[in-house]
Amino acid sequence: MRSIHLRRALATGAVLVLGAGLAACGGDDGGGETNTAGGTSPGEGKAECEALTEFGDLSGKTVSVYTSIVAPEDQPHIDSYKLFEECTGATVNYEGSKEFEAQLVVRARSGNPPDIAYIPQPGLLANLVNDTDAVVEAPSTVADNVDEFFGEDWKSYGSVDGTFYAAPLGANVKSFVWYSPKMFADNGWEIPETWDDMMTLSEEIAATGIKPWCAGIGSGEATGWPATDWLEDTLLRDGGADVYDQWVNHEIPFDDPAVVEALDRVGSILKNPDMVNGGYGDVKSIVETTFQDGGLPILEGKCALHRQASFYAANWGEAKADVQIAEDGDVFAFYLPPTNDENGSPVLGGGEFAAAFSDRPEVQAFQTYLSSDVWANEKAKATPDGGWVSANTGLDVANLTSPIDQLSAEILQDPEAVFRFDGSDMMPGAVGAGSFWKEMTAWIGGKSTEDALADIESSWP
Amino acid sequence: MSTGEKFLQLLIVIGLFLAVMAVVLVLTSRVRSRVGEMLQTTAFLLPAVLLLALGLLYPAIRTVIESFRDRTSSEWVGLANYEAIFTDDALLQVLRNTAIWVLVTPVLATVIGLVYAVLVDRARFERFAKALMFMPMAISLVGASLIWRFVYSYRETDAAQIGVLNQLLKSLGFETYRFISTEPWNTLFLVVVMIWVQAGFAMTILSAAIKAVPDDIVEAARLDGVSGWRMFRYITVPSIRPSLIVVLTTITIATLKVFDIVRTMTGGNFGTSVLAYEFYAQGFRAFNNGLGAALAVLLFVLVIPIVIYNVRQMRKVEAR
Amino acid sequence: MSAASPVVPSDTTGLAPSAPPEPSAAAEAKRRLSSPWASLAAIVIAILWTVPTAGLLITSFRPVGDINSSGWWKFFLDPNVTLDNYRAVFTGDDVGLSTYLVNSIVITLPAVLIPIALATMAAYAFAWMKFPGRNALFVAVFALQIVPIQVTMIPLLSLYVDPPFGLPQLAGANAPGGGFYTIWLSHAMFALPLAIFLLHNFMREIPGELVESARVDGAGHVQIFTRIMLPLMVPAIAAFGIFQFLWVWNDLLVALVFGGGSLNISPMTVRLAELSGTRDQAWHLLSAGAFVSLIIPLIVFLALQRYFVRGLLAGSVKG
Repeated sequence: MRSIHLRRALATGAVLVLGAGLAACGGDDGGGETNTAGGTSPGEGKAECEALTEFGDLSGKTVSVYTSIVAPEDQPHIDSYKLFEECTGATVNYEGSKEFEAQLVVRARSGNPPDIAYIPQPGLLANLVNDTDAVVEAPSTVADNVDEFFGEDWKSYGSVDGTFYAAPLGANVKSFVWYSPKMFADNGWEIPETWDDMMTLSEEIAATGIKPWCAGIGSGEATGWPATDWLEDTLLRDGGADVYDQWVNHEIPFDDPAVVEALDRVGSILKNPDMVNGGYGDVKSIVETTFQDGGLPILEGKCALHRQASFYAANWGEAKADVQIAEDGDVFAFYLPPTNDENGSPVLGGGEFAAAFSDRPEVQAFQTYLSSDVWANEKAKATPDGGWVSANTGLDVANLTSPIDQLSAEILQDPEAVFRFDGSDMMPGAVGAGSFWKEMTAWIGGKSTEDALADIESSWP
Repeated sequence: MSTGEKFLQLLIVIGLFLAVMAVVLVLTSRVRSRVGEMLQTTAFLLPAVLLLALGLLYPAIRTVIESFRDRTSSEWVGLANYEAIFTDDALLQVLRNTAIWVLVTPVLATVIGLVYAVLVDRARFERFAKALMFMPMAISLVGASLIWRFVYSYRETDAAQIGVLNQLLKSLGFETYRFISTEPWNTLFLVVVMIWVQAGFAMTILSAAIKAVPDDIVEAARLDGVSGWRMFRYITVPSIRPSLIVVLTTITIATLKVFDIVRTMTGGNFGTSVLAYEFYAQGFRAFNNGLGAALAVLLFVLVIPIVIYNVRQMRKVEAR
Repeated sequence: MSAASPVVPSDTTGLAPSAPPEPSAAAEAKRRLSSPWASLAAIVIAILWTVPTAGLLITSFRPVGDINSSGWWKFFLDPNVTLDNYRAVFTGDDVGLSTYLVNSIVITLPAVLIPIALATMAAYAFAWMKFPGRNALFVAVFALQIVPIQVTMIPLLSLYVDPPFGLPQLAGANAPGGGFYTIWLSHAMFALPLAIFLLHNFMREIPGELVESARVDGAGHVQIFTRIMLPLMVPAIAAFGIFQFLWVWNDLLVALVFGGGSLNISPMTVRLAELSGTRDQAWHLLSAGAFVSLIIPLIVFLALQRYFVRGLLAGSVKG
C-alpha cells in the first residue's frame, strides 16, 4: 500500500518539478514562479481553456475571492467564473462585503487572507504589500497577459516598487458629464467641446430658470469622494498629466498653486449658487445629497448637467424604470471637455486589481484567467444590463450591451488617450480615504480653498 | 455545511462544554481538604480568567504598546501620538464630542427609564408599556441608527418631507432643519439615538429594583403622609441606589464604546466623530496604528474613574 | 450592545428584603386612580418611544416610489401596501435567508450558554470563595469591559490562525466545526466582564445564612453551587441571557471578523448589512430587513419577559 502511494507521490512531484522548471524558464520580465498541479486538466483540448491547461487537474480545489462588490453587481462576476470552473475543475467561492477595505487588512494581518482580493485602489495595494507580508507576487503567466492586453500605465498601477502583483480587472471612466439628450434637443443646446463652451452653455441653461448643474457627494463614511473626482479631472486639464503625477506622488505639496487654481475652477461651478444644486436646493445640499441621487433631477428636467463616472449608469434605473441610456435616449454622457489646448484630452478613471495571497496552483490559474481576454469577454457577456467595462484591449466592444459602456471602452482602449488613475485611490489611506474626502466636504460647506488644501497637506503621512 | 451538520456542531459544542464542566466539577469536589478548596477555586475561575486574558487583556496590552509606536508599529515614537491627540484640532473635537456623549447619555437615559418605570409600575398595561420602551434594545444599534436617520431626513422646506421631525417643523411653520449635518448640535441629535436605546435598559433594571423596595417601608411612609414626588425622592430613589449605580455605570461604558451610531449616521463627518469611532478610522482606514492605538488607550483611561467609583461602592457595601 | 441582568438592590438596613405583604386593595386602587397625569405622561413617553420604529414598519410596506417622495404618515391618507420589499429580503440571494437564520441560531445559542455558565461559576468564586487577590482580580475583570472589539480583532485572529503551543488551528480553511468555534469563543470572551460583574452583584444578595448552613451540613463548594445557588439564580441568569441573546443576535462585527469570511456561516445581520447594496439609500429594503431581523429577538423578549418582572423578586426571597 505504502509503496503505491510513494510512487504516486514521486510521480506527481516529478511532474511538478518539471512543470515548475519549464514555467520558470519560460518566464521573462516580471512575474514570479508558476505552480502547477500536474495531471490532465479537464479543459484539455478546448480552445478557450488553452491558457489554463498548463495548470493541470484542479478538480476539487477551491479558490476564495473577496471583493467589495455586493448585490446586484456581484452576480455577473460569479457568472463569469463558470468557464474557469469548467476548464479546470476548480470551484470559486465569491464573497462580497461592504466592510471589505477594513476587513481585508484585518485578515491579511492576522494570517487569514482570502486567496484573491479585488483591490479597488492602488494605494490600498501598496499598504498591503508594505505593511503585511501577505501579498504574493503575480506569476509570469499573469504578467504576460497584462503585457499583452494592457498599457504600461495599467501594469504600473498594479505594481508596488517595481514588483508586479495585481492584474487590472474592470475599469470605469470618470471624465463624463451626464445630460438628457431630449432636453438638449428640445432647447437646441449643443454638446460643448471646450470648458469655456461648457460654462457658456451653463449660463444659457441658467437663463431658462433651472440651475444647470446638480451634484451629490454624500456616501456615508466616504462622503466627499465625488468632489475629489472633480478636482482630479480639473487638475488634469489645467495643470496637465505631469503636474497631476507630481501631485499624486507628493512631489509637489497638496496645496500647490496649480491645485488651488484647479479647485477654484471647480468652485466656480460647485460653490456657485447660480450653478448648483439643480433640483435639490442650495450649495450646502450637495453634501446632504447622496452621490446615487446626485444626477436624478435631470430626469425630471430640474437640472441639466451632472459630472459623474460611467458606473453612474446603474442609478438611473432607480428613478425611472426602463430608462434609455443612449445617445438618443433619456440620458447619456459626454466627455468632460479640456480647459486648454496644451494638455490634450486627459481621461480620469478607476478600476480594480486582482491581488493574490497564495501561490497554490489553483489560485495562480484563477489569476491567469482573470487577467486574460477570455475573462473580460465572459464578464461582458455575463452583464447583460451593462454597467461594466474594462481596459483590457482584448475585450470585444461588441460584447458590451450599453452604449455608455461602449463609449467608455473606446476611450479606454484608445492608445492616444492620456489616462490617469483616480488620484485619491493612489494616495496613502490617511489622505485618499480620509482627509481628502473630509476636507472636500468641508470645502463645499464653506471652507476656503486654501484652508482645505492646506489641511490636507498637513495630514499627509 | 448543511443545516443538519450545523445543528450537529451546535449540539457537539454544547455537549462538549457541559461534559467538560461536569467532569471538572465532579473531580475537584472529590478532593477534600485545602488542596481541594484550591482546586475548586481554580476550576471555577480559570476558564473565565483564561478567556479574558487571551481575548481582552492580551489585545489591550498589545494596544498600549502599539500606542507608543509609529503608524506601522515598527518604530518607537514615545509620546508623539498622545501629543498629536491633544494638539490637533480635529482630535480635540473628538474628545469634546466624547465628553458630551458621556455626560448626557447615562443621565438622561437613566432618568427617563426611571421615571417611566415609576409611572407604569403596577399600572394596567404595565407589561405592554414596558415592551414598548424596551423594543429599541431589540433593534441593533445599526438598525436604530437607520431608523433615526430616516426620522431626521432633510428635504428643502418647499419640497415634500419624508422625515417626521422636519414634517413637524414644517407644519408648525418653521424652516426645515439639517439635523445631521449642522454643527455643533448634530452631536446631540446623535446622542438622542443612544438615549432612545438605553432608556429601555435602564427601565428594565430599575423597574425590578422598584418592585423590590419593601412595601412596609412604603406603607410606613404613606402613613406619615408622604406621597407622590416626595415619596419618589426620599424613599424610592435611595432604596434603589445600588441599581442606579449599576445602570449608570453600564450605560456609561456602553456609551464610551459606541461606534455604530456615528458610523451609520454621519460616517464620522460633520464634526461628530467620537473616540471609539476615530480610533477605528485611524487604525483601519488611515492605517495609522500608532494613533489609533493611542486613542484606544485614552478610552481605557477614561473608564478608570468609573472603576474607582464602583470599587468604593463595593467597599461600602462590604463594610456593612 | 450592552448586556445586563436586573439586580436586586440590597435594602438600606443591610438585611435581605423580606417578602412584600400583599398590598391592600384600597392602596392599589388609590394608586391607580390618583394619577391620571402619571398615565398621561407615561403614554406620551411611550408614543415618543414608538413613533420612530412605527414609521419604519409602515415604510417597509410601502412601494419604493412612495417612500422616496412622501412621508410615511401619508400612508394613512393613501395606503399603498406592497409585500415587494419583504419578498426582496427573503429571496434574491444565492444562499437563501433560511441559511442565514439557521446560522444566527447556531451562533447565538452557544454564545449565550457558554459565557453564562462560565460567568456564573466565576461570580460564585468571587462571591463565596476566599483567595488572595480576589478584589484586585475582580476589579480587573470589571475594568476589561472597556476594551472595544476592534482592538481585539487582529490579535485574536492571529491567535486563532496560528495558535501557540501547537494547539489546533481554529480559523482558516480547515477550521473545525466549519469556523463556528472562533465566533463562539470570541462572543464568550466579550461577554464575560459584564456577565461576571452583574451576576456577582446579584449573587451577593443571596442571604449568607443559606450558604453557611449548607457548609455546616458538610456541603462543599460544588454542592452549594449546584444545589443552592443555581436554582436561586435562575431568574437572574434568564434575564442576563436575554440581553446576551439580543447582543449576539444583533451582532455584525464579531461574525464578520471571526467568521473567516465564509457566507455559509454568516448570520442574518451580515445578510441584512449587505442588503442596502451598493446603494445605501435603499430604504425599502433596509426597513423590511430591519423588521425581519427584529422579529425573533422581540419574540424572545416577550416570551421571557416575566423573568424581568417577577422572577427577580422571587430570587431575593429566602428559599
